[in-house]
Amino acid sequence: MTAALSLEQAVVRRGSRPVLSDATVSVAPGELVVIVGPNGAGKTTLLQAALGLARLSAGVARLGGHDVTQLSEAARAALAAYMPQERRVGWNLPAWRIAGLGVLDRPPAQARAVAEAMLARVGLESLAGRGVLDMSGGERAKALLARLLATGAPLLVADEPIVGLDPDAQLLTLDLFREEAVRGAAVVLTLHDLTLAVRAADRLLVVHEGRVVAAGTPTQVLTPDLLRRVFSLDGAVETTSAGPVVVARRAS
Amino acid sequence: MSDLRLNLMLAFILLLLLAAGLFLGETALSAAQLQQAFSYPNSGPGEILWSIRAPRVAAAAVVGGALGLAGAVLQGLLRNPLADPGVLGVSAGAGLGAALAIALGLAAIPGAIEGAALAAALATGLLLTLLAARFREPETLILFGVALSAFGGALTSLVFNFAPSPVTLAEVFSWLLGSVANRDWGDIGRQLIPMGIGAGLCAYAGRGLVVLTLGEETAALSGLPMSRLRAAAVAGASLLTGSAVALAGIVGFVGLAAPHLVRAAAGADPGRALTPSALAGAGLLVAADLAARIIPTDLELKLGVVTALFGAPLFALIAWRAARSWRR
Repeated sequence: MTAALSLEQAVVRRGSRPVLSDATVSVAPGELVVIVGPNGAGKTTLLQAALGLARLSAGVARLGGHDVTQLSEAARAALAAYMPQERRVGWNLPAWRIAGLGVLDRPPAQARAVAEAMLARVGLESLAGRGVLDMSGGERAKALLARLLATGAPLLVADEPIVGLDPDAQLLTLDLFREEAVRGAAVVLTLHDLTLAVRAADRLLVVHEGRVVAAGTPTQVLTPDLLRRVFSLDGAVETTSAGPVVVARRAS
Repeated sequence: MSDLRLNLMLAFILLLLLAAGLFLGETALSAAQLQQAFSYPNSGPGEILWSIRAPRVAAAAVVGGALGLAGAVLQGLLRNPLADPGVLGVSAGAGLGAALAIALGLAAIPGAIEGAALAAALATGLLLTLLAARFREPETLILFGVALSAFGGALTSLVFNFAPSPVTLAEVFSWLLGSVANRDWGDIGRQLIPMGIGAGLCAYAGRGLVVLTLGEETAALSGLPMSRLRAAAVAGASLLTGSAVALAGIVGFVGLAAPHLVRAAAGADPGRALTPSALAGAGLLVAADLAARIIPTDLELKLGVVTALFGAPLFALIAWRAARSWRR
């Protein structure tokens, strides 16, 4: 099966400093991959490189098997949708308009119907008519999530999608991404909460100092050794009745 | 409010202002004189109405519309309520072109000052287009614009510095203050083609503006040809500003204020705000020019002075009320 997203030996430089080195990643349709790593490790750069938003100094980025630099804007949008970590919205558009930006190619009435259905999925249907700048940060994040879901793209990429959300909304967001994976979409998320990462991911990628240092099922990857080496934590993944939990404290 | 209703309402207000601009002025015309002007266009009152006032009112409307549209496109493009042709240095570039042409003694050649203003605005716009393609962050473009604006201002001061005579100095200064007095239909006609192209480019760029609301990266993956739309927006705004400066000198605040007046009614959508901003800009400038004519002063007020005098406090008021919903 053609990978929805793949990076082969990708290198990204900022000035002369490499911020992503020799990254090789492949995500299949229906797979939910979570990228974890400390601040400044290169998680966002990896996503940008895969989507053609950061220029590669070496290597190849492919979406659905096509070299991303050869794709037209329309073709790229048909293969992937992205929700950046930056949640700044320029103008005070109502939530249904924001969600509707995920389906620009549909006629207005149809776009509105899709937008309202997606707002209902994220639990924001009662605020569909409210301006996004009159909302709390978490509500605005949900409206942006609704836009991402509205695209229905075969690859959904979200950078820190649960930051600033309440616990219930965090779990809801991860459930929605799981639903998308079940419908056949490839999903790539970055998360900082290791426990939620372990529970959500089919496969975990660990990025450290611009390199992919580990990849595999969450419980295989998050060994005490890796937690100490990458995250400076003394800890381990423990199995509880509520699911796996990462228990850790700062390494002494 | 629907787009059509909003535009019709603004067009109606503009028509009323145009009529007021035609019938009111320094020289009061009686009802009989007005009747004479309509029946005999070549009579004295007819001359006042059709050869002095009508082209002047039309020039104000055209310049205001161009600046309002340019401001709306730039604000949408940069997701920044402070953007306008003045901030980005296009006006300063055009002013410099005109000042240079006057200082070099080209004023006697018909169209030379206008041509220089338009060419300089286009050169500034071309530079901005190149920068916009290279740097995707809107803040960067604003910073470059501020630098260009300051540099254009400095070069214009240099022209002042080396002005060969006080007459030249006065001429340059008068140009920079902005006015639509003593324009004829030919002056307006010559700017219609560049303005038309500029408006067309802005209309093309309009559909990309709403997508830019969510930032450059989301827009890049929206499926729209963003680099082309961005270049069209900058080029269109430059053409509009250049021809506006060529026709009327530097007139500030219209490009900044017009989009704010209509933003709420256009549902905060920067694409839908384009036509209403053009109509509002035209109305604002016709009203400002009328004020310049009927406020009794020994020397007639310059249009740019009026827009700044009324525009700056008005803008502060709008900013005060809108600050809440700008950006968080």
